[in-house]
Amino acid sequence: MGSLDFARGREVGRSLGRLEAAAKVDGTVEYIHNLRLPGMLHGRIHRSSIPHGRIVRIDTSAALAVAGVHAVVTADDVARLVPDPYYGPAFHDQPILATGKVRHVGEPVAVVLADNPHAAEEAADLVAVEYEPLEAVFDEVAAAAPDAPVLHDELRPAGMFTDLKHLAGRRDTNVALDARLRSGDVEQAFAEAEHVFEHTFRTGKVMHAAFEPMVTVAEPHAAGGLTIHTASQSPSFVRSEISRLLGWPENRVRVRTAFLGGGFGAKLYIKLEAMAAVCALLARRPVRIALSMDEQFYTITKHGATVRIKTGVARDGRMTARQVETFWNGGAYADIGPRVTQKSGFSAAGPYDIEHVALDNYAVYTNEPPAGALRGFGISQLVWAYERQADVIARTLGIDPLEFRRRNALRNGRPHATGTVVVGMEVDAVLDRLAEAMAWDKPFDRGTGTIRRGRGIGIGVKACVSPTTSTAAVHIYGDGSCAVHCSTVDMGQGSDTTMAQIAAEVLGIPTTDVRVVHPDTDVTPYDMATLGSRSTFHMGNAVRRAAEDARAQIERMAPGATSFRDAMLARFAMQAGTVVGFGSYAPSYQKPDPETGLSANITPFWMLGGAGAEVEVDTETGRITVTKLVNVADVGRAINPASVERQLTGAAIMQLGFTLFEEMVFSDGQVLNASLADYKIPGFLDVPRELTGTFVEAPHPEGPFGAKGVGETGIFSPSPAIANALYDATGVMLYDMPLTPERVLRAIREAGGRPLEQA
Amino acid sequence: MTKVTLNVNGETRTASVPPEMTLLRLLREEFGLTGAKLGCDVGDCGACTVIVDGKTVNSCLMLAPQADGRDVLTVEGLATMERLHPIQKAFEEKGSLQCGFCGPGVIMSAKALLDENPDPSVLEIRDALAGNLCRCTGYSKMIEAIQDVARGDNRQPVGESA
Ligand code: FES
Ligand code: FES
Repeated sequence: MGSLDFARGREVGRSLGRLEAAAKVDGTVEYIHNLRLPGMLHGRIHRSSIPHGRIVRIDTSAALAVAGVHAVVTADDVARLVPDPYYGPAFHDQPILATGKVRHVGEPVAVVLADNPHAAEEAADLVAVEYEPLEAVFDEVAAAAPDAPVLHDELRPAGMFTDLKHLAGRRDTNVALDARLRSGDVEQAFAEAEHVFEHTFRTGKVMHAAFEPMVTVAEPHAAGGLTIHTASQSPSFVRSEISRLLGWPENRVRVRTAFLGGGFGAKLYIKLEAMAAVCALLARRPVRIALSMDEQFYTITKHGATVRIKTGVARDGRMTARQVETFWNGGAYADIGPRVTQKSGFSAAGPYDIEHVALDNYAVYTNEPPAGALRGFGISQLVWAYERQADVIARTLGIDPLEFRRRNALRNGRPHATGTVVVGMEVDAVLDRLAEAMAWDKPFDRGTGTIRRGRGIGIGVKACVSPTTSTAAVHIYGDGSCAVHCSTVDMGQGSDTTMAQIAAEVLGIPTTDVRVVHPDTDVTPYDMATLGSRSTFHMGNAVRRAAEDARAQIERMAPGATSFRDAMLARFAMQAGTVVGFGSYAPSYQKPDPETGLSANITPFWMLGGAGAEVEVDTETGRITVTKLVNVADVGRAINPASVERQLTGAAIMQLGFTLFEEMVFSDGQVLNASLADYKIPGFLDVPRELTGTFVEAPHPEGPFGAKGVGETGIFSPSPAIANALYDATGVMLYDMPLTPERVLRAIREAGGRPLEQA
Repeated sequence: MTKVTLNVNGETRTASVPPEMTLLRLLREEFGLTGAKLGCDVGDCGACTVIVDGKTVNSCLMLAPQADGRDVLTVEGLATMERLHPIQKAFEEKGSLQCGFCGPGVIMSAKALLDENPDPSVLEIRDALAGNLCRCTGYSKMIEAIQDVARGDNRQPVGESA
């Protein structure tokens, strides 16, 4: 033993339990949900009751009369502090409180501040708002038409994304963004194709239902600063956006998070932070705003989408041309919708080698609650369309669905529709694993009588969003112990443990000896956000580099030391001091051509997810029982195999809910089922008898230890797999999600020539 | 204000509360027991599950005065300084939780089930826990953990060595 021992392979690739597992089972783990501050006021939001209208008058007198009420804050109060109160990551279109006009039911119009939550709630109901209603539009296709009522007078792109700049000042349209891709000549290819298939698929609006409802506590400081404690996936963004709104330098705003009780994309960008900050500054007291579960239905949703897809196929079953037109229902405020449109839209050709591709995507404002990111960022809506259609094509041409996908697979070294040459994407391996897990080559019992059985598969791809940056620091303290400082938010995906494993691997110490410091913008360096399955790859690389830097410093300052403890003693002459290693990572990227959408380098890595399902369909009730559900992901390399499998099974069940029953039901912009009683999410009784999450590994050249992200991969394909299994069982073709018993039964009866009467 | 006296995790606790205060808020806001979580506050999610006189209760649906004179067990009452409860240990070892927000409720429901039925089938586990929702995990590792405890894999006190 002459020196530190940095042997590889001890920590990465192991199924370690999460570092905070004990605190999670004994109930002591920290969430912002639990935070109470002395002198804190409780904020409760009064929300718009109409989908579109001008605000004529707000009467707060009855609310102010409630005992315990401290103030009622409206847009006029906000304007005293923030003259331009519009925020958003893509467009500055969302006011902190409704200003002049409301654009969706549930839009925040006023905030009551009170000593206790009961008084705040009672008073919030007593705020009286008079509106002059305006015509509203809800459907994304109708809203994109030239004669639709317009929500925003003028488009106001935020500065953050330079490729949205050209939209500035565009007027009288609800189309916030149109993004296109043109590769080859689809018209010519359709003319030459042996078969052309054309369908329209739809998905409704669903929501995240993260279990810790959104919560923010804003705390003003006497010295003129502000601390925002918030259950957020993007603390760095919150700091910069709040600073921008207030006209402060970023160093006056501190944003910190704890563990999150789920996120799934709901807790990104600004949600309650701006409102809580303004209320706290006005009241000069800490203010807590915590949503109820039902308020979350009016805060952020997943995009409903209409996907028109046309595919040309040659005689040998190879797809030669694809045209897709997608309308994304973005709701009243853009949030990150335009990015969903752009960054997911270009993947609509799927994991297939199709020569001629034309894609058009429209992000459309409607008078529904805003839509943003939800695990998968638009991908599952597209996979729903192209993988349902794949089975129709395969069946029409008499090709086995698995074989059809193999025949069309996009392989490494070939250009994707964007022009980027694919690396590190293993379509064949995923299909092989899927075939094995589904025992695809074995005979399958299709049932008899009123219970029919079927099986189906699907495979989908996502390009990880780019370009983004992560930075991290690794601290070695005086006694030789180690902490990772990074702004990745652990919302249940297990990122703390993953980052600790990566640091431990580099430093040659056990993972359990690494402490991961939670995001606090005063302490932890910048990270773009925890989203889009980017953290393992981007932050993982940053942490690895930071740990390598720390290690190199230690080796330099105390050559021959056999432990960090000794090294610190040798360097500082006492058991003290700090060594800080720094690392950052931003992948290379080439902006797509604005006309063609083509780019030689569109993404740092491709995420590929396949799914297989076996179902039983009761042909008398239309009820589908999923008896087996398999998710297969291409993960590059699993840093923590057990954790990867859990991401895949958890995602499978979430998507099972979106597939079979979850759907927000609207009437005039009002959500009719805004509660977990009426909006059912999967429970213990919905879990298939067989549920498998499995993965294939082929180390990615740029990933940390070969790893790619996996948080979303399990969301891509379960929906078409289940619908394709229904198709296999009954021959019934459904185009709209979810596959409710009523829809299924109607389709079965129609196919049998005995249609049900319309309700 | 109403005075309530109840036994929480083996200790007698007293508080003076507004009559509309729920047991959940009493536990969280007055007694500082933040294990039980407020997910929906209307009885739909199970995140607030505690055991009252041996039976599981959604503590967001029970008024604090209704708990007067009763025995309440929360997740804080399961573990000791030295060791986790076998159910908690099994959840830890199986990696049954992800974000963990539903965990205390699920674990209390599992405890009530196993107290009544030490050897439940998978169906009985699913039935007994049907009121506890979880958005993250897909449930299968929870079911496995409860089966482990029932089989005795986790019956023995653990956590002293290692
Ligand atoms: S918080 Fe009590 S059931 Fe949801
Ligand atoms: S672990 Fe997140 S809700 Fe269950």
